[in-house]
Amino acid sequence: MAERILDVKNLKIDFHTYAGDVKAIRDVSFHLDKGETLAIVGESGSGKSVTTKSLMGLLANNAEVTGGSIMFHDQDILKKSEKEMQNIRGKDIAMIFQDPMTSLDPTMRIGQQIAEPLIKHKHVDKKKAWSQALDLLKLVGITDAEERIKNYPHQFSGGQRQRIVIAIALVCYPEILIADEPTTALDVTIQAQILELMKELQEKIETSIIFITHDLGVVAGMADRVAVMYAGQIVEYGTVDEIFFNPQHPYTWGLLNSMPTLSSTKLEAIPGTPPDLLDPPKGDPFVARNPYAMKIDAEQRPPFFKVSETHYAATWLLHPNAPKVTPPDEIIRRRQTFKDIMAHKAI
Amino acid sequence: MRKYLLKRVFYMILTLFLVATITFFLMKLMPGTPYSNQQKMTAQQIQIMNEQYGLNKPMWMQYLIYLGGMLHGDLGVSFQFSNQPVSYLIASRIGASAQLGIQAMIFGVVLGIVIGSIAAVNKNTWIDTLCTILSIIGKSVPNFVLAVLLQFYIALKLGWFPIADWGGFSYTVLPTIALGVGPLAETARFIRTGMVDVLNSDYIELAKAKGMSRYGIVWHHALRNSLIPLVTLIGPYTVALMTGSMVIENIFSIPGIGEQFVKSILTNDYPTIMGVTMLFSAGLVAVILLTDIIYGIIDPRIRLSGSGD
Amino acid sequence: MEEKLKLGPENFEALPKAEELDNEKIAAPSLTFVQDAWRRLKMNKGALISFIIIVLMIIISFGSTPFINHDSLVKSAPKYANLPAKIPGVPINGLNGKLKVSGEWVDEYKQNNVPDNKYFVLGTDYLGHSLAERIIYGTKISLIVALVATFFDLTLGVAYGIVSGWRGGRVDNVMQRIIEIISSIPSLVIVVLMLIVLKPGMTSIIAAIAISSWTTMARMIRAETLQLKSQEYVLAARTLGESPWKIAWKHLVPNLSSIIIIQTMYTIPTAIFFEAFLSFIGIGISAPQTSLGVLLNDGQKNFQFLPYQMWYPAIVLCVLMIAFNLLGDGLRDAFDPKTRR
Repeated sequence: MAERILDVKNLKIDFHTYAGDVKAIRDVSFHLDKGETLAIVGESGSGKSVTTKSLMGLLANNAEVTGGSIMFHDQDILKKSEKEMQNIRGKDIAMIFQDPMTSLDPTMRIGQQIAEPLIKHKHVDKKKAWSQALDLLKLVGITDAEERIKNYPHQFSGGQRQRIVIAIALVCYPEILIADEPTTALDVTIQAQILELMKELQEKIETSIIFITHDLGVVAGMADRVAVMYAGQIVEYGTVDEIFFNPQHPYTWGLLNSMPTLSSTKLEAIPGTPPDLLDPPKGDPFVARNPYAMKIDAEQRPPFFKVSETHYAATWLLHPNAPKVTPPDEIIRRRQTFKDIMAHKAI
Repeated sequence: MRKYLLKRVFYMILTLFLVATITFFLMKLMPGTPYSNQQKMTAQQIQIMNEQYGLNKPMWMQYLIYLGGMLHGDLGVSFQFSNQPVSYLIASRIGASAQLGIQAMIFGVVLGIVIGSIAAVNKNTWIDTLCTILSIIGKSVPNFVLAVLLQFYIALKLGWFPIADWGGFSYTVLPTIALGVGPLAETARFIRTGMVDVLNSDYIELAKAKGMSRYGIVWHHALRNSLIPLVTLIGPYTVALMTGSMVIENIFSIPGIGEQFVKSILTNDYPTIMGVTMLFSAGLVAVILLTDIIYGIIDPRIRLSGSGD
Repeated sequence: MEEKLKLGPENFEALPKAEELDNEKIAAPSLTFVQDAWRRLKMNKGALISFIIIVLMIIISFGSTPFINHDSLVKSAPKYANLPAKIPGVPINGLNGKLKVSGEWVDEYKQNNVPDNKYFVLGTDYLGHSLAERIIYGTKISLIVALVATFFDLTLGVAYGIVSGWRGGRVDNVMQRIIEIISSIPSLVIVVLMLIVLKPGMTSIIAAIAISSWTTMARMIRAETLQLKSQEYVLAARTLGESPWKIAWKHLVPNLSSIIIIQTMYTIPTAIFFEAFLSFIGIGISAPQTSLGVLLNDGQKNFQFLPYQMWYPAIVLCVLMIAFNLLGDGLRDAFDPKTRR
């Protein structure tokens, strides 16, 4: 088994707002192994970005961690001081943001922006930092790197800028790379290039990736494992095959069902909106939008039921006493594929 | 960029021409004569004076003479100050005003940047509140009120600085403070707002994610980005300093342009009024052009995007 | 955990539709734009207090017109000249009719044989007028100057800005060049020229301030109009053939209102300052007329010996300026919550 580099246990985060405390993260646990890619999937407001910000120690001022631990190797990130976090950020854990158009300093040459973490963390002089920055710029596929290293961000296109942001994140060869919807703001063709680049660099640099997205389509080609988040909780996690072809939680069903495939004739939207986290429901948060809702869903929060060694889902449907329900057609089709995959693997 | 600059210079000249024309004809329309003791003068004396000042020529000719003279820096002769040429009057007084103005600008802008940055970095703490209160007071208390208070309490009562007049550096301290408080308050407010915005931006988030220290982020990223727009305020500051100089120089008896301007207004000394008017307009126009150029130099987005037009 | 899992089949009955939560309900009460702005303004103590102070000053200065007016202030009473403040029952030096004369507190009322029942809350000026009455009257004049000037500034600036932004193209170009030229003439120069041509006095000050300050408003309104013009709902209204006047009135003005209100709140103190400034250096309103600037000018002459004659009008002027600036800031933050967050 691969080395476990990150272990998040029972994380709870509240936001203090004028209307009250928003319980944005409610008991989230997951882990990350060396070299793997974990995708965290969920709709807007499900808490995926907040979770990753807490890994970096970059929560907003009105956010408060009310419980849990984040173990990076054998140290709890939540117990670190701001100074200690500054030595981890950019060096051990780096981050790529959603919008490359706004995440570069408009008044600083990109060479300096890439070199900055090196000067800060590796204590190299400016000249050496720039030459390493140049190497990285070539690595992320910027042509004429020697010339363009002196340019300012506005002289690059969106896709190029995201490459530069990736170069900044990887310049110190971090152990963990957090990518917060890195392709959402880009054109579809550029998206594929950026994803391809990330996969390629992951192998070269041997980093682990936490990939945040609301787009399941992006996940399929990218991730080893997937965690599905809903209303501040993880509702299901497993390998990418397990989540895509043998999903158990009705929310995961809904997500997959709303994703266009070659065989689907119409897209099924999940009705309704996520619950208000100022006053989260006491049972399963998905109950109000769940066509398979049962009485117990409204009363008690479901524990994780084990599906396989790597696959867990928090839904009462997996309770031995629960009635057998028929999932949507699309899911039945996917489960058929899953059987084929498993059979194939067995051979 | 070159085409743009040429265009700006053209508008600059057009503006000055318009100011000169308007001022000239307004002054000509004025009732009464420039001679303060006209009752005592005989018709012949007036005739002689009129000839001396060229006031007997037709108006269009006076206008052309005036414009022509201005091209070689001749602004006419003062009616009141023993027939001195206006350009000489201005030249002998511009040094004090310029020194005071530049000192006040530096004092206000530098201190304003410091206070504004401190407030922004400590947003929503008591430090921020204190800075905000100070800058509101600085913006609200008229500089002439402040000048009178400083003069009375600091100079007269405490005796720390000279009460008035113009000599060494110590004479400039109180007028500089009185004149600079306005720009100071404005700069502090401007920098605070700008920096709060910048500190919320994605690239600051990325800088944090790089592991930069708070100081490093403010110094390398936030300050630079919030200082650039400050350049646009240099023009308004110049206007404020010109306005302020009129009253501050008066209070502290400083032999500068502003003090001269007030005197000439109170005594209907039209050539001097016109001269100072032209000087102030030319000064502002030049400052506006200069800030445009500076802006282009320090903001890479403008510098490299070509003509800037 | 095991305990929790012991559940009978009754727990797994399908949840009846009726019990389903109304998940489309929006939890927080919805607020209109104005309500939301008002809520934020109320939370801003400084702005709220400023608002109250401004309202009080307006009520007092304008409400006093029947009692304190030009006629009542013309009569001078030299025997009461230069008396310090005296408030019966307040034994604080400086407010009890005593004045510091070369280091000693002297009862000026006794020295000048003022009858015991005669007192002036803020003292008197060099002609024996009640300073309190003059300050109230002066505040009124300063406010009138500022409000009228701001009104002209507002109408001219808003109209110019909307036309320039809405018409665009050549018209906009020419109109912007004009503004550019006007705004590169120092406002001081415009004001001084106006004052020389018109006779110094209230009307010319109002005209001078209005003429020199409208360009800022016009520029802001134009920029915003340009932006609004390309908004979908305005495009929709244009496509549907609404007349430009109706669009301006129904879509532009409401959306411009926050900018107009905020900018107005900053123009008023500027106008108050300019009036005081001009009167202070003696080229604005002059005695025997009264304004805050005139009072400051009067007070400054005797500041060394009778500091109260400058302090009181200065305090009133500063409070007025601070109140308008704070209210302006409060309104800006209320309308545009981004700036404070």
